[in-house]
Amino acid sequence: MDLLRFATAGSVDDGKSTLIGRLLYDSKSIFSDQLEGVERTSREMGSEYTELSLLTDGLRAEREQGITIDVAYRYFATPSRKFIIADTPGHLQYTRNMVTGASTADLAIVLVDARKGLVEQSRRHAFLVSLLQVPHLVLAVNKMDLVGYSRQVYEDIRREFTEFAAKLQIADLTVIPVSALHGDNVVDRSQNMPWYEGSSLLNHLENVYIASDRNLVDGRFPVQYVIRPHTSEHHDYRGYAGKIAGGVMRTGDEVIVLPSGLPSRIASIETADGPVAEAFAPMSVTVRLEDDIDISRGDMICRPHNQPSVSQDIDAMVAWMSEEPLRPGQKLALKHTTRNTRALVQSVQYELNVNTLHRDESAPELALNAIGRVRLRTTTPLLTDEYRRNRETGGFVLIDENTHCTVGAGMII
Amino acid sequence: MSDVTDSPRRILSQLELLESEAIYILREVVAEIEHPAMMFSGGKDSIVMLHLAAKAFAPARIPFPMLHIDTGHNFPEVLELRDRLVARYGVNLVVGSVQDAIDRGIVREEPNGSRNRIQTPVLLETAEKNGITALLGGARRDEEKARAKERIFSFRDEFGQWDPKKQRPELWNLFNAKVHLGESIRVFPLSNWTELDIWEYIAAEGIEVPSIYYAHQREVFERNGMLFAANELCRPTAQEPTFLESVRYRTVGDATLTAAVRSHADTVERVLAEVASSRITERGATRGDDRVSEAAMEDRKKEGYF
Repeated sequence: MDLLRFATAGSVDDGKSTLIGRLLYDSKSIFSDQLEGVERTSREMGSEYTELSLLTDGLRAEREQGITIDVAYRYFATPSRKFIIADTPGHLQYTRNMVTGASTADLAIVLVDARKGLVEQSRRHAFLVSLLQVPHLVLAVNKMDLVGYSRQVYEDIRREFTEFAAKLQIADLTVIPVSALHGDNVVDRSQNMPWYEGSSLLNHLENVYIASDRNLVDGRFPVQYVIRPHTSEHHDYRGYAGKIAGGVMRTGDEVIVLPSGLPSRIASIETADGPVAEAFAPMSVTVRLEDDIDISRGDMICRPHNQPSVSQDIDAMVAWMSEEPLRPGQKLALKHTTRNTRALVQSVQYELNVNTLHRDESAPELALNAIGRVRLRTTTPLLTDEYRRNRETGGFVLIDENTHCTVGAGMII
Repeated sequence: MSDVTDSPRRILSQLELLESEAIYILREVVAEIEHPAMMFSGGKDSIVMLHLAAKAFAPARIPFPMLHIDTGHNFPEVLELRDRLVARYGVNLVVGSVQDAIDRGIVREEPNGSRNRIQTPVLLETAEKNGITALLGGARRDEEKARAKERIFSFRDEFGQWDPKKQRPELWNLFNAKVHLGESIRVFPLSNWTELDIWEYIAAEGIEVPSIYYAHQREVFERNGMLFAANELCRPTAQEPTFLESVRYRTVGDATLTAAVRSHADTVERVLAEVASSRITERGATRGDDRVSEAAMEDRKKEGYF
């Protein structure tokens, strides 16, 4: 069984929690004690329906105020796949939460209300999905029951969204008309929309092909930890532990270690279950080299003829997530793969208006939830690829050196 | 590394992906944090985590101690396996005793006799006394609604408290382990595992878990719709008749609070089949402590509970 991670995004009242509740409920992933709790609370709130949204609202403040505070992770499985949902709230801190949820997602579902059509937030969500390079996007046109299951309404939204998506780098777009409240096209094909010939949402989630989304071409092995047992049995043992960030590695491959540039050859690839002939992303393995060279955490093992950029000058799209704005001259801690360093903000080149995609080159700084192109200078070189080529070696986080909070997400251009 | 587009389908199963992620997290903790320790309750999740730690650092030993908060309300089968695992993996074991803390007047026994809530100050004190700045825990996000919103690297203030509104964004696999003196991090390598994943992994890897997870005959009585073992820690009242039943435990916690479920699943395969078809969550079925209110777990976490 394989695994699909997906993120969900929608504006307030688009019915996102209801949709997730419906997916869990109709795929029989809800437990009876959870359902009883939700039914009880729905009655207390005086609701006509069982409020499936209560299944996902976890914290007391959320239940009391009927809002979602933070990214929540949900799990369910069908006979063919296991799913991890990153449920991201649509209003408060939406950029920060959506960027977080989308960063590890294979697929994103953006919801729109069929009565309202595309709103500013739908475009914003689609843009963030493309910025984070989520490989697959589903636009779920919800509340079809409230527009009489009208084909025309669906077609208009689909056309408008497809035109907008064409301006973004969205590789795979699917548009599905649904009613989360009544379950139309969520798990089973709806009888109410015979004109829709595509898959139900769950059917699409079960079958979307994700195996080729990883980069299996550029070999990238960031060294995470050096294993040296210091025991008589393994006296001279030295293994480089890490998770493969790209490509395929094989015993006997010629490699080069960056940033030193020293060449060697893979002597063995080991796991606790024994050596393997080859390993690929995203396996966690231990690599041993034929030559005894000085390698430490933050170094990268790659191929002599396919190397990442080695640079201290970093151009990146940055999503800013702190109340205190990002300003030129600011110093921040930076974490990229397994490398920790410091960065100086050289300049903000422009702020991107995520609704119009207009570039504001006069923006002096990036405020909370703003996204813009930023130039950084790091104290040590980073070993990078373009984010769109490899999310693992192209993404970094910025950390405030005083508060230690994570304040920015960077995607290298 | 080879350019291969010829290639077999290089796809990892969900268990392989979860294992790889957990190993990566465990290594990240040791690489970034000076004095981590692993919470060990003797339950299946902490045993799986221990197994993963052994894999992450092989052939070297696990480079951190295990920390067990001993409520004194233990299942003997669990303590026995704990001691064997400590010997097998060659790890250090640090024990914080709730009984000892009660005797010293640090905490006071609760009226219902449960030591679940009062183990939190003992945990915080034991960690502080041993200079531990990060605690690895076996909690999973599918267990409970408050856990579903917690980060893998979960920041705690100088009082060990969790503030759900001030969590650090967690992007890609880039974990922020930075803390100031006095603050700490809780790390949950099994965040993305479900109860079923844990059992599938136990079956696939042949991991030994305490015998009470498998069906056995036990003298029990019914209280609040749950089955409790009748023994010196948990005495039935005159209105609670005891009877012999085939039961197993789905979770292992304070023995006075942890209920058994009726079951004939006496092998790992049968447990797997039972978990796959269960319609009740493991905590809902077996944990008196989570039944107090809708927000029971959230409240305990804010105080520093795991």
